[in-house]
Amino acid sequence: MKGETIAGWGLLALLAVAPFAIAAAGQPFLMDLATRLIIIAIGAVSLNLILGYGGMVSFGHAAFLGLGAYAVGIPAYYDIYDGWVHLLAALAVGAAFAFVTGVMSLRTKGVHFIMITMAFAQMVYFLFVSLEEYGADDGLVIYERSAVPLIDLHDDTTFYYLCLLSLIAALFIVHRVVNARFGMVLQGTKSNDQRMQALGFPTFRYRLVAYMIAGAICAYAGALLGNFTEFISPDMMDWTRSGELIFMVVLGGTGRLYGPIFGVAVFILLEEYLEVIMNAVHPGAGVYWHFAFGLLLVLVVLFARGGISGMLRRPEHA
Amino acid sequence: MDLALFTTQMLNGLQLGVLLFLVAAGLTLIFGIMDFINLAHGAFYMIGAYFCGTVVAVTGSFLLGLLVALPLTAAVGYAAEVSIARSLYTRDHLDHVLATFGLILIADTSVHFFWGAEGMGIPTPWWAQGRVPFAGAEIPVFRLVIVCTGLAVAVGLWLLVSRTRLGMLIRAGASNRAMVQALGVDIQRLFAIVFAIGAAMAGLAGLMIAPITEASIGMGNEIIIVAFVVIIIGGIGSIKGAFIGALIVGVIDTMGRSYLDVLLATFMTSDYAETAAPALSAMLIYILMAAILVIRPQGLFPPRTR
Amino acid sequence: MKRTLTALLAGSALLAGAAQADDPIKVGIVTTLTTPAAVIGEDVKKAFELAHEHMGGKMGDRAVELVFEDDGFRPETGKQATEKLLKQDGVDIVTGYIWSHVLLASSKSVLDEDKILISANAGPSQLAGKRCHPNFFNVSWQNDQTPMALGEVLNQKGVGSVYLMAPNYAAGKNMVTGVERTFNGDVKGKDLTKWGKDAQLDFSAELAKAKASGADAIWAFYPGKAGGAFIKQFADAGLGESMNLYTVFTVDSLSLPRLQAAGLDGVLGSFATQTWSPDLDAGQNAKFVADFKAKHGAYPSFYAAQAYDALYFIKGAVEATGGDTSTDKLSAAMKATTSFATRGAVSMGNNNFPIQNLYLREAVKDSDGNWTTKIVSTVYEAHQDPYAADCKL
Repeated sequence: MKGETIAGWGLLALLAVAPFAIAAAGQPFLMDLATRLIIIAIGAVSLNLILGYGGMVSFGHAAFLGLGAYAVGIPAYYDIYDGWVHLLAALAVGAAFAFVTGVMSLRTKGVHFIMITMAFAQMVYFLFVSLEEYGADDGLVIYERSAVPLIDLHDDTTFYYLCLLSLIAALFIVHRVVNARFGMVLQGTKSNDQRMQALGFPTFRYRLVAYMIAGAICAYAGALLGNFTEFISPDMMDWTRSGELIFMVVLGGTGRLYGPIFGVAVFILLEEYLEVIMNAVHPGAGVYWHFAFGLLLVLVVLFARGGISGMLRRPEHA
Repeated sequence: MDLALFTTQMLNGLQLGVLLFLVAAGLTLIFGIMDFINLAHGAFYMIGAYFCGTVVAVTGSFLLGLLVALPLTAAVGYAAEVSIARSLYTRDHLDHVLATFGLILIADTSVHFFWGAEGMGIPTPWWAQGRVPFAGAEIPVFRLVIVCTGLAVAVGLWLLVSRTRLGMLIRAGASNRAMVQALGVDIQRLFAIVFAIGAAMAGLAGLMIAPITEASIGMGNEIIIVAFVVIIIGGIGSIKGAFIGALIVGVIDTMGRSYLDVLLATFMTSDYAETAAPALSAMLIYILMAAILVIRPQGLFPPRTR
Repeated sequence: MKRTLTALLAGSALLAGAAQADDPIKVGIVTTLTTPAAVIGEDVKKAFELAHEHMGGKMGDRAVELVFEDDGFRPETGKQATEKLLKQDGVDIVTGYIWSHVLLASSKSVLDEDKILISANAGPSQLAGKRCHPNFFNVSWQNDQTPMALGEVLNQKGVGSVYLMAPNYAAGKNMVTGVERTFNGDVKGKDLTKWGKDAQLDFSAELAKAKASGADAIWAFYPGKAGGAFIKQFADAGLGESMNLYTVFTVDSLSLPRLQAAGLDGVLGSFATQTWSPDLDAGQNAKFVADFKAKHGAYPSFYAAQAYDALYFIKGAVEATGGDTSTDKLSAAMKATTSFATRGAVSMGNNNFPIQNLYLREAVKDSDGNWTTKIVSTVYEAHQDPYAADCKL
């Protein structure tokens, strides 16, 4: 096995035993952090499918997270707590939004694709900001989590394992998609779309389907996020959120199966603890933690090509 | 329709347009010539305002503030090019987005550190206070100053690009970078100069808006996304495109905010119109950009050869 | 293994119970310390620290510890900060909250943990009405109250028509509803402008519309940094000559010094309604304002005054229970509160929002030439918010 695969399995194993360690240590807040990490990782894994394997740099991926969360929040607003309704709504809305915007966006390439995906995400953002019925930018509080058969999502540990299983399922789906003929074509379009077309592949359709799969998975992550935070607001769909998702994927290593999880883990831990570390070094310095964060971003881009996966892989090539 | 109101709104749209142009011009040149996406270009807009505000606070002279802030902002731009941007040109767009996103955080936090979070007000210069009657409306003089300065810079930039050797190289670089390099031009220096000019123009925009809205942390992030919309609409690398795109976006955005509710109220209840108008007017420029990208991805005025 | 662990945990819980009386009371404070909105959060932080200092770091016999967390002006971040305060820092009470959306996002976390939540600023209608809660308290006001008082002022002054301007977010809309609720005249038009991180700060288009509408007065709600920008453009556009300016939460101690620095005399003489003013003769307000000025060289804002009140509100309750911080007892004591430190007599309504006076205040120069606000009259006495009727408590 490659170094990064071992590390990937290792991280998943670590997440699997985390609740026990956290309970033993008496640090329930870490449970929140870990749950959050897993949910965002599902979103990042879906972005990696199109960005890493398909070369489609979506700068509007956070819109899917938000749509998925509203697919839970809006039914809940009408006291519909049936988990199947939520699930179906999230998947359908994610795939449908991906289809409609994908048909238009995928005609463009490169930076134009970046900008058009951003434009669609901004439109959704402003739509929800103005929907007063659903709280506008104050957002919606979700008073009950989704009701699903057999398990109770209000139990934090149960919910945690549901998220973890979902992450593993998302990884499995991406793994199967990428290694099937479909995925080969998709990766072919990334390096040379014209050649793939010349070979007779309807590449537009391939990319559109990949975009829809990613959209549906990310909306699913959004549904989990809505259940987890028990609150949704348009802020989840802000363009900076989409930027953060891209950053997590790149930090982890684009086009590497486990890359996004590493990226999300590092990102979330930094976001949470950089402030604490800086305050420890110099009291009051914590409010300037964005400075250190930005500096790290620049340094990662300049010196750590291939992200964390790249670093894990390097020794074998050396 | 009220003519005075319409005139005022057109002028407001024009003002937003020229400010957008000042930011977008540098952005489109950097993008067109170096193929470099600089999300942090908005930081120059912010820094220009803070430099100027500091000088005004000490000396009380807006012109002096402008004269000090422009070269300083250009110097920051030059330094940013040499220290960071230069090593990123060969990377893909994704790396650009990330590194410059990091630079935004650095710039915003630095301003917070040096100037505090409360923002900085700049008084309207004494020579530009008051209002003048214009086509039935009363226009604040300072807003006319902004529009005229913006247009003057646009003309100056056009002369620079079309009439000078530096401009020739910039044009050549925008349409065929490899060729310029092959001709033995010191391309690195050209890049740094373009960066510095772009930074100074963005700084000029920032210091001119500051007397109206005050300088604040993150003010650059507000305009940078719209500036990107402008250069996509105008065509990447095209000054002319940036100019026309900026005016279109400025006018559409302002007119949308002014007349959309009235327009919507003609075919829906005023309650709905009241809710829909702010949302739709915020979306308007994104709808426009998406439409242009679908119909004419290269933008309205792409540079001739690529 | 599991059993020993449970036993251990139970043991430590017992120990914790025994040690409670000597432990400091931990007060968690969620406010905005980054982004441009940090200008408000910093004022709030200073006031909490001053209150802590004034009470000698003690409530009754028990020491008090303040734990600040940043909400980054984002509901999700604010909620996470709240969870951290509850689960990691083990705070007894959570307070702060400038923004409605951050408060709404965080409220469930605190209340589900059976802890007390006190808003020192945000007063969204949901929590005042249908979603009121025995353990949620507000020590500022409900969003609608201040604009309602302003609508009343407009009636009293015989203003016939008004043009409304506010940012397009929930509190902004609440404010507009509030004015419309009480104002009897004609609303000539209204504009809701873009808000959020990339808020619209150039109001030229809207001000031009306002002027063209021919309204007698303009009413605006622009909190934080937008306030200064709004007033400035109002003056620059020459609207002051034909229209009177009325505001809520816009002309305050954060915007006035900057307006003064910019020489915008137009704002002097403008009216606003508020539950507090630096010159209010009530409680220990004079001491608070004097010490705040001495320490920080500027007048405290109403955000600061409310933060100061919030900590004294907790102190009052802790002293009433004799140092017992169990939620039931604290909540009962809080409900019985009869005065706020900087505002004097109040009572807590059925929905745990204060029933208090609302004043008309005018922007003026103080004896040192600094710009501040002065109370002109009392608009409402012992006013209760309109949502209290929807609250089943």
